[in-house]
Amino acid sequence: MYRSQRLALRYFTAAITLFGVMTAAGLLSALYYVEPSLLYNVFDFQMAKILHIDTLVIWLLMGFIGAVYWFLPKELGRETVGIALAEVLFWVFCAAVAVVAAVFILVQYGASNQFSMWFINQGRKYVEAPRWAAVGIVIVVLTFVYNVTMTAWRARKMTGVLWVLIIDLVPLTVLYLDAFPQMTNMSQDLYWWWWLVHMWVEATWEVLIGCLMAWSLMELMGTSRKIVEAWLYIEVMLVLGTGILGLGHHYFWIGTPQYWLGIGGFFSALEPLPLLGMVVHAVYDAGAHHMKTTNRPAFYWVLAEAFGNFIGAGIWGFMMTLPQINLYSHGTQWTVSHGHFAFWGAYGCGVIAMVYLVLQHTRGTTPLDSRAWKWSFALLNLGMLGMVGGLLVAGIAQAFYGRAQGGSTLQAFVVASENHWFQSGMYARLVFGILFSVGYVVLVYDLLAIGRRAAIAAPPQASVA
Amino acid sequence: MLIEDPGFWRAGAISTTLVMLVVLVFLTIDSLAATRAGSARVPNYDVIDRQIGYAYDWSRGYDMPVIGGAEALFGRDDSLAEATALVARGKLVIQSRACMDCHTFFGNGAYYGPDLTKAWLDPAWSAIWMPMTGASTREEAMAQFLMHPDRYPTWSRRMPDLHLTRAEAEATVAYLKWMSAVDTNGFPAHFGRSEPGG
Repeated sequence: MYRSQRLALRYFTAAITLFGVMTAAGLLSALYYVEPSLLYNVFDFQMAKILHIDTLVIWLLMGFIGAVYWFLPKELGRETVGIALAEVLFWVFCAAVAVVAAVFILVQYGASNQFSMWFINQGRKYVEAPRWAAVGIVIVVLTFVYNVTMTAWRARKMTGVLWVLIIDLVPLTVLYLDAFPQMTNMSQDLYWWWWLVHMWVEATWEVLIGCLMAWSLMELMGTSRKIVEAWLYIEVMLVLGTGILGLGHHYFWIGTPQYWLGIGGFFSALEPLPLLGMVVHAVYDAGAHHMKTTNRPAFYWVLAEAFGNFIGAGIWGFMMTLPQINLYSHGTQWTVSHGHFAFWGAYGCGVIAMVYLVLQHTRGTTPLDSRAWKWSFALLNLGMLGMVGGLLVAGIAQAFYGRAQGGSTLQAFVVASENHWFQSGMYARLVFGILFSVGYVVLVYDLLAIGRRAAIAAPPQASVA
Repeated sequence: MLIEDPGFWRAGAISTTLVMLVVLVFLTIDSLAATRAGSARVPNYDVIDRQIGYAYDWSRGYDMPVIGGAEALFGRDDSLAEATALVARGKLVIQSRACMDCHTFFGNGAYYGPDLTKAWLDPAWSAIWMPMTGASTREEAMAQFLMHPDRYPTWSRRMPDLHLTRAEAEATVAYLKWMSAVDTNGFPAHFGRSEPGG
């Protein structure tokens, strides 16, 4: 096994650990809605929320980085260039995440000065991490870009998937630089903030997971490189062709000109297309191979990724981004429903698929199978569907009673939040959140146990490089 | 066949992406000009010393901010530089206290607390908090609430005490007043014009 692949395993371990922190913080966030006096003035909603969404970003990012460190030497047939630096920075990354989390838990917030921005909390959703930590993330990502590009350069080899990956890493890195500014004008602040959030989640991350899925399909199903690369280019064309101007659906109400209503509405409506393409691709491949694979957990998580991405990001997004609907659905639990479904479908399932794919090699087990993965698959997906459903019911109640009927005042917000549909939705979210958490525990158990017994019974085959 | 050739789709991906990026660059240049403070859509920061309303505009078909005559915030008639500094401080307060992780601004943020886009115009300040705090003005009631939210609960979900100083509370009020004057294409619709459930 290459050192790069050992580093991938460390990244996956960190990612799955942070997945647990994210789940715990999410459960806590859900609890405040049904028990608002919980930890009042000690550890309030906003801090649980910050932990929930920031660990979401970091566990997925670590999963992506780990997957690339795994596939890169396989793709190029050589060790990753600069691997020693990457190994050191992994520990720096972990230490930085731990320090930031400790500051969020113990210090929480500071006074209105630049010191708070640099060392405590920047207070911009998803990029609350203080600037020193943001600098650290930039260094880690730059090292990662250096590893990938220099390995390809030294190997004197370039594949279609690698081209797409390397070009994608440029905007992925540059966009993160928006984690630093502190602008007075909220309209312009949000304008650039959405470049970072949307272009990561609905453009560069989609392309990145597309590259990882391409490698996975070649490995899991033996799909030919020519077919996979053609699909990847089609996906890039459709994702960026619709997603770049699909950015406009975030510019309806932030003070930007009215033309964004038409542009954002139109291109957002097209955004499900590439995701539908991924479903067609996955179903076609699965059918062509009669659903036969030696790694069923990875295969099913890949399928969950394709369907979850299409329904959660595509359909749920389409449902609420037409301006006529968004005027009322914007800023309600409806958005939260979409956010949960989309992040889970597009990225969460993908990272779990990668971990199972890698485990088959490290455990040397063929076929890779267990009962526990089926339980965790069912519990996690059922838990997520239940949360998404509960949040949707709550969000529609808010859109109707709070926005359309009530006019969005404080009183309207309270009335909508006390509405029985909203309350029922939030209880459902909590119950299904608990189910999801149980699924996480079973997942961790399975990741630790799967393939070990079989590996003991039959010594591993030649290690896969 | 041409469509089975990855090179065909590669060319499509590159050209589509480039076209979309060029269009986005032009739209960004225009949008940044349209949203600079002092533009028709985003007023200058000294709007905090003017009356601000929100009314349906029949020619546009949605609610628009209405800027009226003089109305000094906290009884001060700030210069543009003073108003700019005050609003800038307000934004720093909003970030340092992570307000966006409970509330939404222009509908963006978290959803535990109410949207603050037009918070300055909320009828609850005069109906609930002015009598509760004993303040004689809306801005004073807002400042009192922001400094001591735990003293003025109105609902089971209470805002935590974020230890705002008097200066920080005033800066936050100034920020919310400025923000209510931004043209948001009618979001939120008919704010405060109809009763919930009515």
